[in-house]
Amino acid sequence: MATTAGAEPVFHLKDEHEHAEGGSTMLGFWIYLMSDCLIFAMLFAAYGVLGGNYAAGPGPKDLFDLPLVAINTTMLLLSSITYGFAMLTMDKGRIAATQAWLAVTGLFGLAFLGIELYEFAHMIHEGATPQRSAFLSAFFTLVGTHGLHVTFGIIWLVTLMVQVGRRGLIEANRRRLMCLSMFWHFLDVIWIGVFTFVYLMGMLR
Amino acid sequence: MSDSLTKFIFGRLSWESLPLHEPIVVATFAVVALGGVALLAALTYFRLWGYLWREWFTSVDHKKIGIMYMVLGLVMLLRGFSDAIMMRLQQAIAFNGSEGYLNAHHYDQIFTAHGVIMIFFVAMPFVTGLMNYVVPLQIGARDVSFPFLNNFSFWMTVGGAVLVMMSLFVGEFARTGWLAYPPLSNIGYSPDVGVDYYIWALQVAGVGTTLSGINLICTIVKMRAPGMTMMRMPVFTWTSLCTNVLIVASFPVLTAVLAMLGLDRYVGTNFFTNDFGGNPMMYVNLIWIWGHPEVYILILPLFGVFSEVTSTFSGKRLFGYTSMVYATVVITILSYLVWLHHFFTMGSGASVNSFFGITTMIISIPTGAKIFNWLFTMYRGRIRFELPMMWTVAFMLTFVVGGMTGVLLAVPPADFVLHNSLFLIAHFHNVIIGGVLFGLFAGIAYWWPKAFGFKLDPFWGKVSFWCWVVGFWLAFMPLYVLGLMGVTRRMRVFDDPSLQIWFVIAAVGAVLIAAGIAAFLIQIFVSIRRREALTDPTGDPWDGRTLEWSTSSPPPAYNFAFTPVVRDNDAWWDMKKAGYKRPLSGYKPIHMPSNTGTGVVLAAFSVALGFGLIWYMWWLAALSFVCLIATAIGHTFNYHRDFHIPATEVEQTEEARTALLAAQG
Repeated sequence: MATTAGAEPVFHLKDEHEHAEGGSTMLGFWIYLMSDCLIFAMLFAAYGVLGGNYAAGPGPKDLFDLPLVAINTTMLLLSSITYGFAMLTMDKGRIAATQAWLAVTGLFGLAFLGIELYEFAHMIHEGATPQRSAFLSAFFTLVGTHGLHVTFGIIWLVTLMVQVGRRGLIEANRRRLMCLSMFWHFLDVIWIGVFTFVYLMGMLR
Repeated sequence: MSDSLTKFIFGRLSWESLPLHEPIVVATFAVVALGGVALLAALTYFRLWGYLWREWFTSVDHKKIGIMYMVLGLVMLLRGFSDAIMMRLQQAIAFNGSEGYLNAHHYDQIFTAHGVIMIFFVAMPFVTGLMNYVVPLQIGARDVSFPFLNNFSFWMTVGGAVLVMMSLFVGEFARTGWLAYPPLSNIGYSPDVGVDYYIWALQVAGVGTTLSGINLICTIVKMRAPGMTMMRMPVFTWTSLCTNVLIVASFPVLTAVLAMLGLDRYVGTNFFTNDFGGNPMMYVNLIWIWGHPEVYILILPLFGVFSEVTSTFSGKRLFGYTSMVYATVVITILSYLVWLHHFFTMGSGASVNSFFGITTMIISIPTGAKIFNWLFTMYRGRIRFELPMMWTVAFMLTFVVGGMTGVLLAVPPADFVLHNSLFLIAHFHNVIIGGVLFGLFAGIAYWWPKAFGFKLDPFWGKVSFWCWVVGFWLAFMPLYVLGLMGVTRRMRVFDDPSLQIWFVIAAVGAVLIAAGIAAFLIQIFVSIRRREALTDPTGDPWDGRTLEWSTSSPPPAYNFAFTPVVRDNDAWWDMKKAGYKRPLSGYKPIHMPSNTGTGVVLAAFSVALGFGLIWYMWWLAALSFVCLIATAIGHTFNYHRDFHIPATEVEQTEEARTALLAAQG
């Protein structure tokens, strides 16, 4: 940027240029999600390596109940849609409707967790514990880590419902709802991976 | 009290856990305890607790956090180096039937702790501290993107360091080597708390490292001053960006692999076991997928330091800025494609080994390009051999040797001979000391006057420099020789008396390095005493080129009274050449983040959580976990996290500087 002779070069801004508060939050949260994605990538990789090591124990065909998993998947996908509705109502500034959709999302999340816990309990009851084989270690860790994320997502969701209730849809709360939205959909994407690689391909193994 | 109740409360912690049978540890504990008590008493006597808490521990100012990182790195350097010199002494005397003075149980902990501490709690805090301090100043920003997160990250790093230090006196540390390969690190072969200390110290510190990586990426991407395009960023900022990308893209791998190792140990899963389908080789692969990028995380910022120093002290624009940036980016990418060279001998086969051997050799090309860029920057420059420049020249000479032995190790057939030998130990100390440590000393000498307003004393700096450089060569060249003769690493006693002379030379080198560390501490002490004589009121003691030198030393809390506008690389140099005049009026209130103690509290709960898990005190683990979550949630209910520095206060600060500059004439 060559300055023409005579023109006074500009070396500083005269006005305080405000970095909008939270201006980096979306980028930062994206990068966080990618780092979390790497943790899942490692767990997928471990499952890829160990997924066939049954150690003479039960394999996917003995354990997985696809209709149940299909219902579970539906719960999580529906929760993503309802979260989307919550964001739409948030854009319109309707506090009560936003809260209602968040509550519905949370309930779908709880239903997902309930079914997952039932599945785990059933497997453990049949002797298919995480200790039984490397396949089961990798299975429980991958699916369980996802479930743990959903659990924290629900705790976060409840926290945000309280905060929206107290302060309404102020800028900071909208930003937080956006972050949770990205988190929630991210978990959905991870679950698609789990559903495909663990359950569907497991049945084909 | 009944047995089961004791067990419930204390888990597996008992009086036998205290290493009272190890006289060396007891003596160390006595010294540390006395020193600690003296320090706490002094802080109380001089009523410094409130000051430290308000001005430092709870501070979200990136400059103060940066300095605290450096202090942490320095303290842990003393610990890590104590381990080093104990090993050198043991190996120098354990000949001719002598067992030396360290038993195997203790010696194995020492070499593990040395590696873990030097990488995670010396090199990482130093590098993060430097980036934290310098990057926002170089890009003309007021702070990082997420100031609270920055404070929290620092305290999590401290938390990890606290857990490692605890292991010295309560229980024991891992005896597995610094990467804790299973099956040795699995519960069957390491049933005690050592590996658990290792896992939880790294997990706690890892949270901090990952978050600070995210923070600095956002800062560099989002907060640059107007006009500073990517290709106008100072090279140190570029290398910091690449390092933080590497941090975010590799530390989650470490987190995941340690979590799996932890599950194997706590739950009894079979990720890395020898039976039930487990696969220990997977651990070796995964940990090196983190581990190789990690070495570039350490060295890249120092490449940035050398670039800044070379260009400043040669009085020239950096030669080949563009190629420097591309070389850095290429190294960033290639660092993910070489991990297998750490275990050529572990059965991957010729084709796989060839691929990783070649990618490893290719990395030396961008690195070599950097060396030439520095040399050409010096060529026909007006070189001032001040302390930072001396470290840089020593780096170039030393690092090239380390790089060449690295290429040698990258040849798989040669590696089959040299694998796990002292040649390898010499190689990586050659690059880590010759690159990372020399770079840190260059960076500390270079930016010290910016942080404190006075230069470091050059005499003691030179004493430290010569002790370090000569000490390094004396300590590690013998290890190359021994490695070529086939001596393997981590040995405690030796049979062949003809080897002893090399170990004695290496021990002498280690003593010289100790003198170098002592001289460095004396240098800091003397400089503080002589700060009036060494003072630099200009804020630009080296005739610098980048924006950090445009503000006062030390910079005000808000860094820049007005946001700078950048027109060129070397923005400050351009401003000086184009007749920049410091604005003296028109100050505006400045928006700043408020301090908070939440980071300290969260890190303290994390340490308690780790301690509970290590000792099977499940109530403590559960309680501190609940407190951790509750505190984190509670923190989000605080919406008032910022304030404005009034314009009058900015005016006062800036007028004080105007007066100071005027007094210079």
